[in-house]
Amino acid sequence: MLDTGETQETLLEVNNIEVIYNHVILVLKGVSLTVPKGGITALLGGNGAGKSTTLKAISNLLRSERGDVTKGTIEYRGESITDLNPAALVKRGVIQVMEGRHCFEHLTVEDNLMTGAYTRGDGKGAVSADLEMVYEYFPRLRERRKSQAGYTSGGEQQMVAIGRALMSKPETVLLDEPSMGLAPQLVEEIFEIVKGLNEKEGVSFLLAEQNTNVALRYAHQGYILESGRVVMEGLASELRENPDVKEFYLGVSEEGRKSFRDVRSYRRRKRWLS
Amino acid sequence: MSADFFYTVEVIINGLMTGVMYSLVALGFVLIFKASGVFNYAQGVMALFAAMTLVGIQTGQVPFAHLINTIFGTHLHKFGWEVPTLLAILLALGVMILFAFIVERYILKHLVNQDPIILFMATIGLAYFMEGFGDLMWGSEIKNLDVGLPQGGNIWLENATSDWADGFYGFYLDNLDMWATAIAVVLVASLIVFSNYTKTGRALRAVADDNQAALSVGISLRTIWVIVWSLAGFVALVAGIMWGAKSGVQFSLSLIALKALPVLMLGGFTSIPGAIVGGMIIGVGEKLFEFAVGPYIGGATENWFAYVLALLFLVFRPQGLFGEKIIERV
Repeated sequence: MLDTGETQETLLEVNNIEVIYNHVILVLKGVSLTVPKGGITALLGGNGAGKSTTLKAISNLLRSERGDVTKGTIEYRGESITDLNPAALVKRGVIQVMEGRHCFEHLTVEDNLMTGAYTRGDGKGAVSADLEMVYEYFPRLRERRKSQAGYTSGGEQQMVAIGRALMSKPETVLLDEPSMGLAPQLVEEIFEIVKGLNEKEGVSFLLAEQNTNVALRYAHQGYILESGRVVMEGLASELRENPDVKEFYLGVSEEGRKSFRDVRSYRRRKRWLS
Repeated sequence: MSADFFYTVEVIINGLMTGVMYSLVALGFVLIFKASGVFNYAQGVMALFAAMTLVGIQTGQVPFAHLINTIFGTHLHKFGWEVPTLLAILLALGVMILFAFIVERYILKHLVNQDPIILFMATIGLAYFMEGFGDLMWGSEIKNLDVGLPQGGNIWLENATSDWADGFYGFYLDNLDMWATAIAVVLVASLIVFSNYTKTGRALRAVADDNQAALSVGISLRTIWVIVWSLAGFVALVAGIMWGAKSGVQFSLSLIALKALPVLMLGGFTSIPGAIVGGMIIGVGEKLFEFAVGPYIGGATENWFAYVLALLFLVFRPQGLFGEKIIERV
């Protein structure tokens, strides 16, 4: 079941991109990845590995943060999207859910969701049907639809952010760190919903996540980023069993607990990765 | 009822109407501040420029006449035609919308993601540029703006109420002020409907809250900025018409912006109804204060009363009466 992503057509293809912020700070040093249709692809790695930057390079939110793709290509359905602005990308079905629950604080939950339909031109009926669909996936939001988003809980804000993206009728959602700052139970709840959306609505996900454990349980395939490079890739099931991933990202190792003396060998072994 | 009572009522009504005139200017500030967090220093000059453009178009003035005459040695001044008021207003509005496009294209676009203070500095530069540009385009002499609104006191009302009390000569209300009030009410109502019940209005509010997130759902910030500056230009035109008709189109018109500041502090920088209510409170407050206390302390209290009131508000309610609460979750 987990391998379904492998056989299907490729939606998104990122080819060896380099990203520089402010003309001087080199953040991505050649990242390549593909997102198959109908799959959940995880992009893993620690703080500052370049996960968010990769997503922003795809959705082109990078420009407004003074970043630039200086090398490489990004193609969606075989067409280059490097020069498209975010609005044009949303129209093509690629939308990003930003890290840190960026809601419109003073708008009600329902208004927040409706802003997601800004680029759509398929009429009010279709939009309200999708609103109904979002409420079905996130019943909590229906209860809170009239409250200002700023006053809802962290989990609800994350749901608003995802629901808002769904309102654009996306084909691919770039989901940035959905687990950030949420209780483990909520994280499970959100990932279950992501899985449901993937299976029932056929939405493809590219998921940036620090929580390797949860991400690899739900994803079909994964990439591990470190210091702006892809250091490992493969099916999620394989990555989960990989001894290095286990040791460096899942915190378990074959030899049991490590003592401080092993730190040096840990460093040496990790070097090949970066 | 005594004459004093009716005089007080008259002062209050006049205060309300003066307040609405302040609100007209304050509205423009609110629109831009809400959408981009930028205090647009140029709002007052925009009102002046809009009024100048309207007069220029209406009276068939040749734009840049001085410049052309100096370079080519010609003696152009007027085209020799007069444009009907309504058409002239529409053309002036067109100029303000064009202006919004130019501001977006040549200023805002290059300042994306900069601190608000940098944008504020840009609007200061813009204000002085426009001031000079307006003079160059239409000349710097004082102009008379007549859009056909009735001027002077309302005689009918004065006669109708003159025998309400001994020693009372009837309510003296300025026709122009009454028109301004009515227009402001319509303007505010339509702005509120626009911002709360339309898709573009919702997008405006979204951009005001979090422009990165707005960008991520496919709202184009550049389009929104053009819309907001066009709206602000429209409001500036209305304010320019009202103030220009009241006191002539001249440089001091751009200083009414200073009167809008206390209105904003009172009503809140982010609230459209707040701008109106704030203006009314300031208008009534300063008229009543002048009427009741002024004579004992030598008068001219209208010059400073509004600022003192605004200061008091800053101490006790910094976000203003209707300002959006700063939502902070712990």
